Amino acid sequence: MEAIKFEHVSFAYDNGFVAVDDISLTIASGEKVAIIGQNGAGKTTAVKMMNGLLRPKSGKITVFGEDASKRTTATLSKKVGYVFQNPGDQIFNQTVYSEIAYSLKYLKIDKAEIERRVIAAAQMCYLADELQTNPYDLPFSIRKFVTIASVVAMDADVVILDEPTAGQDLLGLTYQKEIIEQLHQRGKTVITISHDMEFVIENFDRILVMADKKIIGDANKREIFWNFELLDKAALKQPVVAQLANRLTMKRNIINIDDFVSEYEK
Amino acid sequence: MAVLELKDVTFKYQLAKETILENISLSIEKGEFVALVGRNGVGKTTLCSIMRGLIPTFHTGSMSGQVLLNGIDISDMSIGDLALHIGFVFQNPFVQVSGVKQTVFEEIAYGLENLGVERSEIIRRVDEMLIQLNIEHLKSKHPMQLSGGQSQRVALASVLVMDPGILIIDEPTSQLDPQGTEEVFETIRLLKERKKTIILVEHKVDWVAEYADRVIVINDKHIVKDASASEVFADPMLLETGNNLPQVALLALRLKESGKTDIENIPTTLDEAYQQLKGRTDHGSH
Ligand SMILES: Nc1ncnc2c1ncn2[C@@H]1O[C@H](COP(=O)(O)OP(=O)(O)O)[C@@H](O)[C@H]1O
Ligand SMILES: Nc1ncnc2c1ncn2[C@@H]1O[C@H](COP(=O)(O)OP(=O)(O)O)[C@@H](O)[C@H]1O
Ligand SMILES: [Mg+2]
Ligand SMILES: [Mg+2]
Repeated sequence: MEAIKFEHVSFAYDNGFVAVDDISLTIASGEKVAIIGQNGAGKTTAVKMMNGLLRPKSGKITVFGEDASKRTTATLSKKVGYVFQNPGDQIFNQTVYSEIAYSLKYLKIDKAEIERRVIAAAQMCYLADELQTNPYDLPFSIRKFVTIASVVAMDADVVILDEPTAGQDLLGLTYQKEIIEQLHQRGKTVITISHDMEFVIENFDRILVMADKKIIGDANKREIFWNFELLDKAALKQPVVAQLANRLTMKRNIINIDDFVSEYEK
Repeated sequence: MAVLELKDVTFKYQLAKETILENISLSIEKGEFVALVGRNGVGKTTLCSIMRGLIPTFHTGSMSGQVLLNGIDISDMSIGDLALHIGFVFQNPFVQVSGVKQTVFEEIAYGLENLGVERSEIIRRVDEMLIQLNIEHLKSKHPMQLSGGQSQRVALASVLVMDPGILIIDEPTSQLDPQGTEEVFETIRLLKERKKTIILVEHKVDWVAEYADRVIVINDKHIVKDASASEVFADPMLLETGNNLPQVALLALRLKESGKTDIENIPTTLDEAYQQLKGRTDHGSH
């Protein structure tokens, strides 16, 4: 089943600035996809159209077989959850608990179920001890997990994480890896934007590359990170281990430590 | 003589139950590029604020020990005087924005204007900064309408333009793409060539390993390691303090573990890794 389909989608902001220009893509239900590309390439704009936060200027968007233009943002966001790039755009409540519970009020579920979901989402996002904390007393890196928990609690079929890795330390990245893995195991479609190439490689196989309003690459990571012309166009570089493999003229398509170790002096 | 020296500094925030940093002593020489690493919440930003004199004056709490700038105790200097010597790029770039200027150009010019620098000189220096950090296209934008990555670069520019001798830069690349990150590190390299003293907080250890001279690791209130970048990043102990090792170091450790190499020194930069591993491969499957 197709979760998300874009056909020739374009978008312009109110000031006339075109941020996404004629992109087409299909993401299957249950798939994990990473989106990479420069600041300003149009990544956030593109994903915000997946749940109706933004509406395309032209082209067609289909969400689980339904024409998105015929659905309200409220309906779409029950299917497609979006975790904002900046937690400040998303957090409005005084405690972590009420923040996670907030959007659940609009679902037809009873109080006990709301409580169950809030606690489960908090546990999954390593916030079980912070339920009564004010989100703004938490450091930025932890606040990001509050916004992830809010979306996880909604139990949407598609979860979009917009630069979750920004400002995270090693433990934060490990937690995010586990969250993505759990969502995947539950059959969720996970779409993640990140500038951390090692993280992207560790957690995803399919990669979309955006540059200057367009999708310029959509392939397996081993292909993407050895396509120098593509990387150049997107102002990206190979991950360090691949750069080293390249300098040592080892086998192409080495992209991580495991690959390198198994190829070295074999 | 050290430009910046901390002597046995211990600090507790006003409302906190416990001290955040204990018995911190360090000494930084002119022209050094020092990176501070440690897990989130360990007190890196707090340490920066102490060095910049914002603690305990601005963020209150109880502090003991001494901070010396060129041998003078900074508690005998005003925050304003200190600002002439030490530039501080905040972790949250939105905090840096003055809120009184309408364009990025004027925002970056603001500090120089306050010092009464001549207009033609201001224009020259701001233009130079805009080019250096690749933000000329943002010149006429409103400072409050920038993305996170854009404000990070504007915040950096507004501090660099003041040309202080010491720069404390707190996670300047967290929102930047790889090219933006490289530009920031290249800018820091230029600053180093101009004999600036640089203190950088940064999680991207692969970059830190390529550029920094020295690394200070903070864990559980204390400095647990203070040594050259190549020594700190070759030691797997770093992983236990919640920091990653550079990819090439992780790789070398794995190769050793699997018996595929007998190199003695764990490389920490791409070039070192290449020098150490070349000639040991004979596959030319390109
Ligand atoms: N509200 C807005 N009004 C006008 N332009 C915008 C707005 N939001 C974003 N843009 C512009 O659209 C382009 C794409 O932005 P965005 O989708 O956020 O990129 P990315 O997420 O890849 O960094 C950028 O040039 C940005 O400046
Ligand atoms: N003004 C304050 N009052 C009380 N606690 C604070 C204050 N500012 C920061 N803290 C706490 O001090 C700890 C260290 O913070 P910080 O120096 O920002 O760490 P880092 O920069 O290493 O992430 C955090 O747990 C934070 O919540
Ligand atoms: Mg974005
Ligand atoms: Mg900090």
